[in-house]
Amino acid sequence: MLTALSLTLALLVVLAVVPVLAAQMPAGGRRLPVGMIVHGGALLAALVFAACGLGALLGGPVAPRPLMPGSFAPLLLALDGLSAWFLMLLGLVGACSALFALSHANQAPVRVLAAYPLFLAAMALTLLAADGFTLLLGFEAMSLASWVLVAADHDQGENRSAARLYLVFAILSGICLVPAIGLLAAPGGDVSFAAIRAMPPEGPRAAVILLLVMVGAGAKAGLVPLHAWLPIAYPAAPSHVTALMSGAMTKVAVYLLARLLLDLCGPAQPIWWGVPLLVMGAASAVIGSLRANVEEDGKTLLACSSVENVGLIVIGLGLACAFRGADLGALAGLAAGAALLHILNHGLFKTLLFLGMGEVQVGAASRRLDRLGGLIQGMPWTAAAMLVGVGAAASLPPLSGFASEWLLLQALLSAWRVGDLGFQVLALGVAALAALSAALATAAMVRLFGLVFLGRPRTPRAAGAEDGPWPARVALLLPAGLTVLFGLLPGPMLALAEGALQRLVRQDVTERATLAGVVVGDGAGAYLPIGIAALLAVLGAGIWYAVRRRTPAGVARSPAWDGGFMAPPQHLVCGDPVTQPSAAGFGQPLRQILGTPLLAAHARVAMPPPGDPAPARIEAGFADPSDALVLAPVARLRDAISAQVERLRDLTLAQCLMLPFGTLVALLALIAWLEAR
Amino acid sequence: MSFGTPAYDVAHLLGGGVLLLSFVLLYQRRLDAVISAFAVQGALLAAAAAWQGYIQGAAGLYVTAAIAFVAKAVAIPLALRLLLGRLGLHRTVETALGVGASLVAAVALVGLSVLVILPITAGQAQALTREDMALALSVVLLGMLMMITRRNAISQVIGLMSLENGLILAAVGVTGMPLVVELSTAALVLMVAVVAGVVVFQIRDRLETLDTSLLDRLRGG
Amino acid sequence: MTAVMGVLTQAIHLALLLVAAPLVVGVVRWLKARMMGRVGASPLQPLRDFLKLLRKRPVLAENASWISRGAPYVGAAAALAAAALVPSFAHGMALAGLGDLIVIAGLLALGRVCMALAGLDVGTAFGGLGASREMSFAALAEPALLLAVMSFAILAGTTGLDAIAMTFQEGTLGLRVSLGLALVALLAVAVAENARIPVDNPATHLELTMVHEAMILEASGRHLALWDAAAAMRLTLWFALLAAIFFPFGTAAPGWAPLGWVVGLLAWIAKMGVLCLALAVFESAIAKMRVFRVPEFLGAALLLGLLGALLLFVSTSLA
Repeated sequence: MLTALSLTLALLVVLAVVPVLAAQMPAGGRRLPVGMIVHGGALLAALVFAACGLGALLGGPVAPRPLMPGSFAPLLLALDGLSAWFLMLLGLVGACSALFALSHANQAPVRVLAAYPLFLAAMALTLLAADGFTLLLGFEAMSLASWVLVAADHDQGENRSAARLYLVFAILSGICLVPAIGLLAAPGGDVSFAAIRAMPPEGPRAAVILLLVMVGAGAKAGLVPLHAWLPIAYPAAPSHVTALMSGAMTKVAVYLLARLLLDLCGPAQPIWWGVPLLVMGAASAVIGSLRANVEEDGKTLLACSSVENVGLIVIGLGLACAFRGADLGALAGLAAGAALLHILNHGLFKTLLFLGMGEVQVGAASRRLDRLGGLIQGMPWTAAAMLVGVGAAASLPPLSGFASEWLLLQALLSAWRVGDLGFQVLALGVAALAALSAALATAAMVRLFGLVFLGRPRTPRAAGAEDGPWPARVALLLPAGLTVLFGLLPGPMLALAEGALQRLVRQDVTERATLAGVVVGDGAGAYLPIGIAALLAVLGAGIWYAVRRRTPAGVARSPAWDGGFMAPPQHLVCGDPVTQPSAAGFGQPLRQILGTPLLAAHARVAMPPPGDPAPARIEAGFADPSDALVLAPVARLRDAISAQVERLRDLTLAQCLMLPFGTLVALLALIAWLEAR
Repeated sequence: MSFGTPAYDVAHLLGGGVLLLSFVLLYQRRLDAVISAFAVQGALLAAAAAWQGYIQGAAGLYVTAAIAFVAKAVAIPLALRLLLGRLGLHRTVETALGVGASLVAAVALVGLSVLVILPITAGQAQALTREDMALALSVVLLGMLMMITRRNAISQVIGLMSLENGLILAAVGVTGMPLVVELSTAALVLMVAVVAGVVVFQIRDRLETLDTSLLDRLRGG
Repeated sequence: MTAVMGVLTQAIHLALLLVAAPLVVGVVRWLKARMMGRVGASPLQPLRDFLKLLRKRPVLAENASWISRGAPYVGAAAALAAAALVPSFAHGMALAGLGDLIVIAGLLALGRVCMALAGLDVGTAFGGLGASREMSFAALAEPALLLAVMSFAILAGTTGLDAIAMTFQEGTLGLRVSLGLALVALLAVAVAENARIPVDNPATHLELTMVHEAMILEASGRHLALWDAAAAMRLTLWFALLAAIFFPFGTAAPGWAPLGWVVGLLAWIAKMGVLCLALAVFESAIAKMRVFRVPEFLGAALLLGLLGALLLFVSTSLA
């Protein structure tokens, strides 16, 4: 199986070279359908990933072996349960993304076509790595490739600054993760996972690793307060790339958290290891879901919702850590199972939502909620698929989002079994915040679907929108179908995650996961989605039948009563958009209730000076707390450092030569000291 | 004495009721509603003292209960109402901190007092006493919070008296605490003095504000 | 045998719900009218309205999509499904295994989202206003509900509603401050979920403060009938939920117990009557609050739920 995967990786690298070579060919003559080749190849590779992931989950782990014999470093690859779970997700998300790209992105510029397969390959390499070096190699390649993709549309200034910010955070990740792997390394510098697992770190060394990994992987996953890049970079990238970034790349960062903190650091860590994960997870969940209610760009909204969902996943991992530290194995399995299931479910429904938003952007030429509306008429397929995704993101039963959030809430409700009173109080607060963020996400999703697909078109472009071609529709219908399926079958999915759970908490959950659903506690708390779905279907059909027998068929149509607004002028064929709910208006209550304290949201009426005929305007805005807490101090630090560095310009030649010489001597002295120890 | 016994449950419930009323005090905006809530808190405190007198068999606590009921549930609220009516004070409380924020702070304070009391009293006292102490400390802290977050003198006084309710609650909960009756009486006298003082100051403030507003009006614009 | 009994109990329960739902709404309206000195319409009036509305052909806006036509059915099915899981006169119904409190909350959320989407479908100002407010209030009500559930789950060891109700019926838990706080929180959530005074006024159509009615302003005919039926079912559900958890007296044990069933039925009717009376008195006594006071009201409920769970930790760590 590893051979097939290695070949697939090689295929992706070759695919990356194709567009570069094709661009070198002389113009004129028959051009190669480069986009078709690249995206078709990526689709194939993604399907191989998904199949191999599923195969390893069903058939058991594959032992490590080197990627290429005789290379400069060992480059061990392996496929255990945890890798396989994430690889399967990567395959599914990649397939949907490539299908979408086949319809819409074949004419993309060369840099995008070249970076796309590399991005896919780098993520797969990170997941397959069986030693720290390969892991870092894949992770950094993933960061660079995705940076190129974020910068794809670099004509616009805002995209350039988005890419710059993204690069800064990517470098931060690297700065933190390299020493973390170094600290993890077993004596003798062996960074293979088996060696690290044999001698897990303890005491202060483990605490430093925790801190470094939290910052390094947390910045990539978009955990508050390191999420500033995410709502800016996602909209900048092309839609199929955004789907891959949100569906798979944040999950790769979560994989790093799970692999390094739960698996490699061993089960002997204390309870408080879960606390930073819980705190950052809860903060991400609330800030993300709240921002999703005030953002006015569809993709930014979805990006904020990703922050929220990653927060929920990390809460699950943190609980698993804490339960494991308190020797509550069954509960640790429950929490880790909730996290794994939510990783898969969120990856799929968020891919669906981002691709759907991409379809909207193609069809209606805008992502802004205030320029869309009524798309359900022109884009029925997209609307239906998006409705499934929105329902799952809003955690409505019986869809997949509800299943994993149910498990997570069950784990949180059991958190009091960790006897420590301080932890109980913390878990109580986290439970309240998780429930709050789930409800906020419901509001945000209703806002998204209602403003984009329902109502009347707000612009002529929205009125003329149409569904995409069939491959793009399949790219939406596939994750939609899987979202429904995984929602109905959380039990079998949890059983499938067995291998991954063994890696994370050394605990199995087979007795909890049945075909019909999931059971927790001593069997009294259960979620049986098939039963719920059947009940809803039977009752719905019964109601329909009973009502239909007594009521006249069909409906009459008439103009809507528009709240007493005057009739729209002639040139507004779809009605006056200002009489419809607006993005800012729909978010207003939540903005006022929670946005004022948490996001420093403000709104004031700017009156023109007396005598000026300009209209009064409402000026509204908000500031994410991370801007003031993280970005602003860092910017000040950068300014201070650059001011200091400026002084280097005034040095004489001799002084300039002194600098590298001094550095060299200092490094040699360091080596001598280290060797002497 | 543990869970499931009526003695424990009722005492626990009454203590919790006093704490709940502290939250109501923080939640209410209108002064007359604040005064009503304070009266109910006084009545619950009296009931808690009487119940403790019954289960501890201490007759002195009945005196405390009677004093608490007469003074806190009847007399002082009545006096405050008269004051409100006489002075025609603004009926809405101005808050220095929003209601939502002060409620969040209140829950955090309860959590804090639980985290402080339980480890300190570990293994020293009965479960009921320990829990009562946590509740009482919460009531005291909430009273202080109310004094800080309200601008109006009347609600500040009510905050002070609710703080004192917390002290009494702590005193009656501890078995064999000496001088409970004397303590509560003394505290009551102090409270009456404070209320009287506030009446005087309110009237003076009132006259002053009247004065300045008159002056403002005279100044013209 | 127990399975057959379970199915029988479930069937009786469903029939009971279908009878009770219009009556609960009618009785509350009638009681309110009597308290205000009016004669009031007969308690059967909601049923008559329902039958009359069913006979009318719905009028839809020209740009209404299939959401407007489908949402009433899903909303009504979600309300009925949730209500079918809340025990009324007897425990051990066939679907009791499905009746997890978080699932019930999820079904209520499903109904709410259906209604909000239907409100947004035509793109009128009122529908959007109502949907926005409903979702915002729910954002505070849901965590309050979850924290109340947490208190029950700690005491009963499960989130299954039937098991919680049975544990509470045994009465070995005694009186708990936490349960009192959870009750207050749950009452506030129930008031908000059912759009009752002081959060919303169910009797108005001409107020800028309306929430629930604003979303179904465009509905007519059978669609309006279904929305009204879903609202009535939700009110019945909440009454039954409060009765099952806080007044668990008299509910029959699982299995075949005709006498127990009769007692359970009578007890349930009495409980529902008391709750109707309490709601009517409450609604007559207080005024509707300003829309921007509602978050404070629900936020206070959330914090009380938090406090209840906190005190429960204290008791469990002492016991």
